[in-house]
Amino acid sequence: MDGIHDLGGMEGFGSLQIEENEPVFHADWEARTMAMRVLMGFWRKWNIDAGRHSVENLPPADYLGFSYYEKWLASLVNLMVGAELVTVDEVKNGFPATTAKKSIPPIDAAGLEAYLPVGKPAMRELGTKPQFSVGDRVHTLSHMPSGHHRLPRYIRGHFGEIILHHGAHVFPDTNACFAGENPQHLYTVRFSIKELWGGDAGLRDTVSADLWETYLEPE
Amino acid sequence: MVELGDKKKHAHTLLPSEPVLRVKAIETLLVEKGLIDPAAIDAMVEAFEGRIGPKNGARVVAKAWKNPEYRARLLLDASGAIAELGYSGLQGEHMVAIENTDDVHNLVVCTLCSCYPWPVLGVPPAWYKSPAYRARAVRDPRGVLAEFGVNLSMDTDIQVWDSTSEIRYLVIPQRPEGTESYSEETLASLVTRNSMVGTGIVTIPEIKKG
Repeated sequence: MDGIHDLGGMEGFGSLQIEENEPVFHADWEARTMAMRVLMGFWRKWNIDAGRHSVENLPPADYLGFSYYEKWLASLVNLMVGAELVTVDEVKNGFPATTAKKSIPPIDAAGLEAYLPVGKPAMRELGTKPQFSVGDRVHTLSHMPSGHHRLPRYIRGHFGEIILHHGAHVFPDTNACFAGENPQHLYTVRFSIKELWGGDAGLRDTVSADLWETYLEPE
Repeated sequence: MVELGDKKKHAHTLLPSEPVLRVKAIETLLVEKGLIDPAAIDAMVEAFEGRIGPKNGARVVAKAWKNPEYRARLLLDASGAIAELGYSGLQGEHMVAIENTDDVHNLVVCTLCSCYPWPVLGVPPAWYKSPAYRARAVRDPRGVLAEFGVNLSMDTDIQVWDSTSEIRYLVIPQRPEGTESYSEETLASLVTRNSMVGTGIVTIPEIKKG
């Protein structure tokens, strides 16, 4: 979707705010939000791509106005209500409905310790051969559908070169809307900054992005 | 008037306005419903405030500087080489190491969200997640670097990496001159988080010189 999240190349945000000796979390609620978001994923009601899409779907003013972990919390609440893990009334009241049954959490501390070093690999076996090879020149699609995808606006309709092939990875576009993992070959494609933005600064400077096969067409 | 459909889609608008209260309300609700184990929340926070952070990445970089065979393995199969040191998993399942040289400087960004290699760097700093960094890194990387005090000559090419998939990038910064005799441990102590994202250069602090 052409949402507010697709920030690459937008102007007007000003200079960077760089905090010296920044703590890992600025407050306890940030840390607990981060943990809750990861742990609630174990209900398997959504996946990483649906989670990202939920953040993208926050109203644009909230997306820019919220702090980072406020976005995570807002999106988590929306995901949980959408998945019927909690109800709108429960969120509003702050306590379970009298009719709510008590569940058993899907993961405990020991389960989490076992999960962290493994994570959730996105690579899959795929029978079909890659369409492109390292060194190939490719063109990115100019138009994308309204749902979730990972082809940023600033590299659409441009020429680039395949520099890495990563095997097949889960396709976010379908995974985000629960239409299946549909793994596809994934490549890193390199673009010239001059090709993307014009101008003369850093003529040999480049930007690379990881792009799925159906985002690309032969030159 | 807010329709029920909107309310469901944007249920977050029903929460208290103060983040502390908002998070407390949700945590209490989830614990009372048996949807989450508070001890697992504690374990997650403890892991990311403690053992999972940029010290891990610094050990990887120092080993690559010291040991040419390890460096070669890291460049060929970063996930495998990093796992040799015990770092792997969530948000670092598919690692790629990119090396800075006299001719090339690498810079990592995630323009679409906040992808970052957790097992080696922990969770990202605020600037990495900010709209300003995400917007500018791919368009004006030299300007961004200058704000970090990194001023590169036009002879050095900049390669920006936009993390649009589950691939996670770790920059291997250049080893400072004059560190030939340093132990791996001392070298690791010089490597900063920013240098492994590409927004810093590794230097020898005055106290270690001479």
